[in-house]
Amino acid sequence: MTGIEDAGPSSGARAAHDEEPPPPLPPRPSLQPTPKDRASLQSKPTTALSSMTIQTLSFPDGSRGTFSTTVDHSAADDSAPPSTEGYDVSALGFYSIGSARKQDTDESMSIMSMSPTLRPPGDLESLLVGDMAKKSPAWMLLRSQSAAIQPFEVIRSDQSSTFAGFEREFDDIPDEPDRDWNDGDRLQLWKSKLKHYMILSSAGKPIYSRHGDLGLINSSMGVVQTIISFYEGAKNPLLGFTAGDARFVIATEGPLYFVAISRLGESDSQLRAQLNALYMQILSTLTLPVLTNIFANRPSTDLRRPLQGTETLLSSLADSFTRGSPSVLLGALECLRLRKSHRHSINNAFLKARAEPLLYGLIVAGGKLVSVIRPRRHSLHPSDLQLIFNMLFESGGIKAAGGENWIPLCLPAFNNRGYLYMYVSFLDDRPDSASAMDTSDADEAVAIILISPDKESFFALQKMRDDVVTELKKKGHLDLIKGTALKGRPSVTEIAPSTHISHFLFKSRANVQFCMPSLQPTFDSVLSRRRLMSLYSHLHATMHARHSHLKVLHCVSEEATSLAWITPVFEFYCIAGPNTSRAVMTQGANKIMQWAKREEERLFIIGGGVF
Amino acid sequence: MADSNAPKPSSSVKLVLLGEAAVGKSSLVLRFVNNDFQENKEPTIGAAFLTQKCNLPSRTIKFEIWDTAGQERFASLAPMYYRNAQAALVVYDLTKPTSLVKARHWVAELQRQASPGIVIALVGNKLDLTNDGESGRGDGDSEGVEGEDPGDARKVSTEEAKSYAEEESLLFFETSAKTGYNVTDVFTAIANAIPETSLKSTRGPGASNVASRAGDEQRVNLNGPREAAKEGCAC
Repeated sequence: MTGIEDAGPSSGARAAHDEEPPPPLPPRPSLQPTPKDRASLQSKPTTALSSMTIQTLSFPDGSRGTFSTTVDHSAADDSAPPSTEGYDVSALGFYSIGSARKQDTDESMSIMSMSPTLRPPGDLESLLVGDMAKKSPAWMLLRSQSAAIQPFEVIRSDQSSTFAGFEREFDDIPDEPDRDWNDGDRLQLWKSKLKHYMILSSAGKPIYSRHGDLGLINSSMGVVQTIISFYEGAKNPLLGFTAGDARFVIATEGPLYFVAISRLGESDSQLRAQLNALYMQILSTLTLPVLTNIFANRPSTDLRRPLQGTETLLSSLADSFTRGSPSVLLGALECLRLRKSHRHSINNAFLKARAEPLLYGLIVAGGKLVSVIRPRRHSLHPSDLQLIFNMLFESGGIKAAGGENWIPLCLPAFNNRGYLYMYVSFLDDRPDSASAMDTSDADEAVAIILISPDKESFFALQKMRDDVVTELKKKGHLDLIKGTALKGRPSVTEIAPSTHISHFLFKSRANVQFCMPSLQPTFDSVLSRRRLMSLYSHLHATMHARHSHLKVLHCVSEEATSLAWITPVFEFYCIAGPNTSRAVMTQGANKIMQWAKREEERLFIIGGGVF
Repeated sequence: MADSNAPKPSSSVKLVLLGEAAVGKSSLVLRFVNNDFQENKEPTIGAAFLTQKCNLPSRTIKFEIWDTAGQERFASLAPMYYRNAQAALVVYDLTKPTSLVKARHWVAELQRQASPGIVIALVGNKLDLTNDGESGRGDGDSEGVEGEDPGDARKVSTEEAKSYAEEESLLFFETSAKTGYNVTDVFTAIANAIPETSLKSTRGPGASNVASRAGDEQRVNLNGPREAAKEGCAC
């Protein structure tokens, strides 16, 4: 993290300099290569980049054919003969350059790092096509034999260094009184973290840091504040900069500065979304008027005091980003897969028991939505639910407390000006298990969440809970919910037998919900899960880059093959082993798609119970 | 259900825990209700509602416990919890003098605002961090002294707190939620201190009085007493 002191200011200045005269040709396909790939490009480009290095660097990820489909199945038909046409790199060149040209300014901040792509596109194209032609025949032969290789079985060496130390990412930095550690060592440990989040007030008062106590990093915070306010003062707010292999993204929300520092290769907009979620968490604690007032009256207020006790919520939120969360990436929720009739009668039991002051009612099992009831005029915003789920399922506070909870909270997307009151009850039949509530238990925990605008309505909602539970027990739905939650997600092979796809995400855009198969066994470890999520976030960033009208994206690398497919109805991302051909890929994708269509009403809550 | 095992009369007592953040309110409750302890417990958000029975020779008391969050920002919600409560546990941390100051504030507020007959217990927690901790093994606690110095982390003397408690006629205990020392005793003492008469009378009319006085929306008034009445006969 020396970057803050050393490289920070200079690259910041560079960024601003770049901004003044609009860059002549800013073809920064920042979202095109995988984020890690970009990292490798960043470190190498300025040192006399030869064509050969481009080739080796960008081929693994860069050789992606883009083709648009209008009909669902045409992709499969097209791709049946895996010819070079599939690797139509001129299309790639066109897309990437075209989209990059329109990148907004914050993306163009790090133009420097992408200088090699300033070469005429034709150059790159011929180079890659030639390469393909050379490799193709042998490739095809090999590929047909070795599709069984799992994603990330082969890891590029520069890739493995990106994630070096990721296993230790969530370890605590020892506190001050620990005699075995001196400040230098602790600072070293702090710098070794791949991801940092910092929140500070515009007056420079530290508010939150994911790693290290604030005493340890006070000076770094000071530097950050100085840099940010320098640009702020020049009426030219700093949005982000790159120092070494770390990307700094800065978000200013009223009196607060949010800083994300990532060496995991996430895109600026993804980091910005994460910072926004942290801001939402703060609003959820304080509400916007309170936050504004605090700083309007005393700009030098130490916000740590009003936020006391919510550090764990911020940290669990931050860690879920660092670990990689499909829910956050897609901005969607996951539901518990239930038969339509079952879901229907659960909804009805829920609606029947409704208490007068109820605004929203949710039944959640292991972080997956089972049932929602809501007033006709209001729907729940995923970002609000994300805060609730984080509070209940990621940070252990509520569940470990036992009993029922009555929690004042603001749901910023619903209304950032006032509090709602949330009744939470975990349904735990086994009284003896109270002591054994570890993380594994959280996977199947069933909770009833009842939200009301009336702070005196605890007992009304408690009665509603009792009624709902009685009704659900009577019909055996409670056991059904618990059983289903315990069983977990289905594996890919159950969904689409004999496919080579290892994992996928399917988001229903209309329902703002997603589904995915089990992460086991391939993506079981923290590290492999992070690799998977990095690949997904790269696909997602590419598909959602402004002005990139991509519908289908096929990426091939040494580590994995991936496919993204977006229509107005759904978003689909899938990953397979590195040697999987496009035809096999599309075939698998189609199978999954058919499954999702067939199971739609089981996978997703459509509408929910409305009153 | 309560009547099935004992023909003794049983009644509900509403109890609220108040005190500065991180003094161990939730840990006391967890020890009392589940006989369990968790190191580095995460802070309570809002309030938690738990119940536990306490068997006395002559009757059974069912505690309805409001375990409130100690953070400053939740202070304004406290009246909702102590209003109508028959007992209060005001908790401080024996190793932190400021927490006793805060406790005094809570006692004063309760005496001013809560129902007149409220039984208040002043509880100094974290006895395991002091030399008096009977089974107190003061090591390993993140907030406490580290193993190398078997010194006393106590910053609030028993005499000081005790004399204050006597002045204000509060019950007084020093406890350790970690070892369980004195925890049940606090609740038993409270159960004993609650006058028989208040058990009989407060539930019905008292509850509805308070609810109608404080409730700002009509539907609350309807739900509050009805719920209270239901609980009363269930026991």
